[in-house]
Amino acid sequence: MTRFLKSREAILLGALLALVFLAETRFSGFAAPGNLVRIFNDTSILIILALGQTMVILTRCIDLSQASNLALTGMVTAMMNAAMPGLPVPLLILVAVGIGLVLGALNGLLVWKLDIPPIVVTLGTLTIFRGLVFLVSGGAWVNSHEMSAAYKGFPRADILGLPVMSWIALATIAAFAVAVNRTSLGRAFYAVGGNPGAAVYTGIDVGRTRFWAFVIAGGLAGLCGYLWVARYAVAYTDVAGGFELDIIAACVIGGIAISGGLGTVTGAVLGALFLGTIKNALPVAGISPFWQMAISGTAIIVAVAVNRRRTPGRIILKEAKA
Amino acid sequence: MTTTRRIAIGAGLAAGLSASLMGGAATAQDTVRIALVAKALGIGFFEAAARGAEEAAEELGDVEIIYTGPTTTTAEGQIEVVNSLIAQRVDAIAISANDPDALVPALERAMQRGITVVSWDSGVAPAGREMHLAPSSDQLIGETIITLAADHLPDEAGKVAVLSATSTSTNQNVWIAAMKEYMADTYPDIELVATVYGDDLADKSYRETQGLLQSYPDLDAIIAPTSVGIVAAAQAVQDAGKVGEVNVTGLGLPSEMAGAIESGASESFAIWNPIDLGYAVTTIAYELATDAATAEPGAELSMGRVGTATLDENNEAAMSEPFTYDASNIDEFASVF
Repeated sequence: MTRFLKSREAILLGALLALVFLAETRFSGFAAPGNLVRIFNDTSILIILALGQTMVILTRCIDLSQASNLALTGMVTAMMNAAMPGLPVPLLILVAVGIGLVLGALNGLLVWKLDIPPIVVTLGTLTIFRGLVFLVSGGAWVNSHEMSAAYKGFPRADILGLPVMSWIALATIAAFAVAVNRTSLGRAFYAVGGNPGAAVYTGIDVGRTRFWAFVIAGGLAGLCGYLWVARYAVAYTDVAGGFELDIIAACVIGGIAISGGLGTVTGAVLGALFLGTIKNALPVAGISPFWQMAISGTAIIVAVAVNRRRTPGRIILKEAKA
Repeated sequence: MTTTRRIAIGAGLAAGLSASLMGGAATAQDTVRIALVAKALGIGFFEAAARGAEEAAEELGDVEIIYTGPTTTTAEGQIEVVNSLIAQRVDAIAISANDPDALVPALERAMQRGITVVSWDSGVAPAGREMHLAPSSDQLIGETIITLAADHLPDEAGKVAVLSATSTSTNQNVWIAAMKEYMADTYPDIELVATVYGDDLADKSYRETQGLLQSYPDLDAIIAPTSVGIVAAAQAVQDAGKVGEVNVTGLGLPSEMAGAIESGASESFAIWNPIDLGYAVTTIAYELATDAATAEPGAELSMGRVGTATLDENNEAAMSEPFTYDASNIDEFASVF
């Protein structure tokens, strides 16, 4: 218990609660359970994407192409739905995840087989995927009335008081909690990021591990492509423009070390919730919109500054200090 | 100089000479290349304007339309596009600017090289263009958007909020200012409770709308004079179960708003016809590029089937007033643009 209280997650949780309290003082009803559920639902996509990004960052890589991947898969599923309204939604979700996995695998292969720095690879695929959105759509929107009711309704459907989108986020969190802590691949992510040289000697294939991290991040981005387009009921070429930076910001706030090997699922989720709460609090708090970016940026820098001073959490294969 | 090129020039001169001897009806030997620059590619409004431009090109005959623009709505992206158009030596540039001032140096350079520069939709400062064709007058748009809201308010009284695009968007700010001025005189019982900015992003506009619905539970209407914002606002109102309580109106495209009209989240909205706008600006650019007309205060420029534009002292002109779309005509226009 005392160990938890000293952890960065506890500090972040405290900051999150303080933020909710602060928003409540500016806007009564912000901390009401119904509103908190709404904020969680609004942040679901960011949580899912941040978890994928966390795996990539743990292996000392970065994926800048997630938002473009999301836009492309979202556009493709929306166009399929508009062209063939009879296609069942589960099939479209499978298609979305499938396309996402392929796009993620492309990133992974380029990093693994060609040994190109991940930031370069994903900066390239960011533009390529976004370009493909223009190519497949011809620049045209898919609008609300062209989508089937089932397509738009699935993420909104209510199960035990929570929308399906929130349930998907919760399921993703649970799956990651198990995978990261209980599987060899999960441990390999930490080992590869902690000390890639030593990881090789323990029998871990560094390139292959990074490949899988990109595949997972890609698949989740594909899933979010469907969720995003269905939620906002519109698919246009600039969907989620610039969202990749929000995802990385959520990870950094959550204490995922950009240098790799360090970070937790809880941290990523809390980081995403922190950013999501800021985004939802600012419109109702009566703060000038011009402050929003400055506040988000300050939160990132404060989070990193605080994290640097803390003793690190779980490390597998520590790097020797010169 | 190679022989073939010399012959080509000679032939061109001869053609030009004979043309002028024949009465000078065909002044241009080559195709007039007119570049239509959008704020960003992939926005339905500009795609529709490009269709209008193509229609004008067909009528005019010897015109080639180059429809282009950056992939995101930034002035930097448009400067690059303009520079590449200068390199391609187009005859005319018709631009809808992401920033009124940032583009001036690049466009001045274009004019120095003999390229006709006009702005349309969202204007450029006078130094950076020969004339500006506004889709409608800012005054008329401001009046229209508040009237749309007022028409569905009992006794023309209630609370409205504005969901804009970015806080620096030229046209948005001018329309909102005109709206405020008009409502002070005409609708004294309507209160404007807030102006929020959705940055033309679906998620941010959606969130800002949710914020409005929470902050002002007795809100009667949301006015969004932006096509991304109005769609997101209508969806947020629908998801919040406030259809019938909060009317979303403003400026949008019929194809994008068909769902919102159907669900009842929006009673009506307005837009000028972007096809007409692309058509009109192309016709004007053609006249100016071929020296058939000169852009000067008081000049009357023909816009073909759309009518005539009269330039004011700033070399600006308005095309027409916005047109209102509602349940009665949405189906007819949703398939058009």
